[in-house]
Amino acid sequence: MNWLKKGRAKLSTIFRRERPTSEEVKWDTCVNCGQMIYHKEMVAAQYVCPHCGHHHKMPPKERFAALFDGASYDAIGVPKQADDPLKFRDKKKYVDRIKASRVETGEQDAVTVAEGKIGGIPAVVAIQSFAFMGGSLGIAAGDAFVAGALRAVNEKSAFVMITSSGGARMQEGILSLMQMPRTTVAVQMLREARLPYIVVLTDPTTGGVTASYAMLGDVQISEPGALIGFAGPRVIESTVREQLPKGFQRAEYLLEHGMIDMIVHRHDLAAKLGGLLNLLMGGRRDDRPAQLALPSPAKGKRAAAN
Amino acid sequence: MEAVLEFEKPIAELESKIRELKRLSDGGGVNVVDEVVRLEGKLEQLLRQTYKDLNPWQKTQVARHQRRPHFGDYLEGLFTDYTPLAGDRGFGDDQAILGGLARFRGEAVLVMGHEKGRDTETRLKHNFGMARPEGYRKAVRLMELADRFRLPLITLVDTAGAYPGVGAEERGQAEAIARSTEACLNLGVPLIACIVGEGGSGGAVALAAGNRVLMFEHAIYSVISPEGCASILWRSPDFAEVAATALKLTAQDLKRLKVIDDIVAEPLGGAHRDPAKAIDRLGTAIAGALDSLSGKSPETLRDERRRKFLAMGTAGVA
Repeated sequence: MNWLKKGRAKLSTIFRRERPTSEEVKWDTCVNCGQMIYHKEMVAAQYVCPHCGHHHKMPPKERFAALFDGASYDAIGVPKQADDPLKFRDKKKYVDRIKASRVETGEQDAVTVAEGKIGGIPAVVAIQSFAFMGGSLGIAAGDAFVAGALRAVNEKSAFVMITSSGGARMQEGILSLMQMPRTTVAVQMLREARLPYIVVLTDPTTGGVTASYAMLGDVQISEPGALIGFAGPRVIESTVREQLPKGFQRAEYLLEHGMIDMIVHRHDLAAKLGGLLNLLMGGRRDDRPAQLALPSPAKGKRAAAN
Repeated sequence: MEAVLEFEKPIAELESKIRELKRLSDGGGVNVVDEVVRLEGKLEQLLRQTYKDLNPWQKTQVARHQRRPHFGDYLEGLFTDYTPLAGDRGFGDDQAILGGLARFRGEAVLVMGHEKGRDTETRLKHNFGMARPEGYRKAVRLMELADRFRLPLITLVDTAGAYPGVGAEERGQAEAIARSTEACLNLGVPLIACIVGEGGSGGAVALAAGNRVLMFEHAIYSVISPEGCASILWRSPDFAEVAATALKLTAQDLKRLKVIDDIVAEPLGGAHRDPAKAIDRLGTAIAGALDSLSGKSPETLRDERRRKFLAMGTAGVA
């Protein structure tokens, strides 16, 4: 019986506490159903709630391990640039916000890039982490995206972008806005090299990120329940002064409105990506003519209207 | 409604005094010519002083001034044979972005831009220059047309941003903007983008990824409005003035950051004081920009544009 099981779980916790390791006693609470979950169990479940299936945010390293074949991958270095080009300061200095985020996440900035194989196909994967200043798109994130795309082009690999972002990084002003056309050029390079560019939208992806590379994939995948949109729900609510429809801007809503190809559960993502990449990269790519060559009509003769 | 900006009040007072004096002298009673000349001299000096060092927040207000020339005014002043084209072929015609075929100094071109409208009726019609997905999809269609017929493209950017509404989201606002930016970057013809008023975020970039980006002296171009930035980072819209400065949204800042190519000088006291002169100056700047690109192959134009945007934020920032 359910309550009995729960009771037993609690008992075992009490016993375990006698020789606890920090990992074992750490609990997570599902933001959706409120259930308490062992952190270890949460990690094993790729941060998907075992009770309600809610997809929580997942650290980049664990995502890489879950996606690449044999959990094997190499990080791709991103050229480092000077922080804070505008010397921006709001209530706090921007440089202090960056430092705090680096300490908190262990990452350099919002986008991390790695390469390996998925379903046997060479792939570069870039992951945007919401934990780093809301996953905001600034120059460093733009650098990482461009570096990943270039690496894919050079190695003839596929490029998979896993997004999560509130949008452009305001503290970099116009230079963050310019990352939208900049990353778009990188997408065009992939297109021209005929390499798959697959976008996986995770919760939440909004603003300048959706209005650039996050919506330009050859195939658009979303995790279940992810919030995806241009304007945030609060901005829209304050503009239109009306209640938003139920499920508005969620992955399921986008699928219904033709904005994405599919919703894929995180546990199935690696297999789905592997399958897609095998199909997309399976054609006889090099034999395909660049353009359809049609014989030109003979001069002087008009096509007869039969 | 006569719009007088807060910082322009001393100017407006002087202007009204001059008008009053002129009216008196027209009546024939008093000879006030000397006084008018003196006051006009004083006015010019005051305008020069005020406009020499406008701060970013003041520029924001000038950029949004209701008497500033709009798309329709540039069309009338700089283009002939304008043939508007409409619709996205999918859902509707968005009046926030207008465009069509035209001649610029005799040359066939495609011209396109945001129209904000000026009075209540036209503002509603043009949705205050805030486009929905249909606007960006129309833009993509027109860009592809320009490319196919080798017509240089001139865009006039003046928007607070793309419209944040339920319908806009439902029909894929983000995707529409992304495709429009991509279409700019695909063009094999010259794209001259002119930031004439407000360059508001993604809704502006979607028409502005050009070979040459021109910007009026007192226009603004920003990732977010100063008010929006203040609400988010300072948690109060009262900090809009501070945010305007922090965001570095003026033409002078953007030129330093290599985001724009050239600044177009406005008439003394801003484009709203002498729209005809402002329009004329923009025409000269556009002609110069087109000249600088003439004779380049489609591949070169595309390559140069892509290289330029691929370097955004990495070059000239120190």
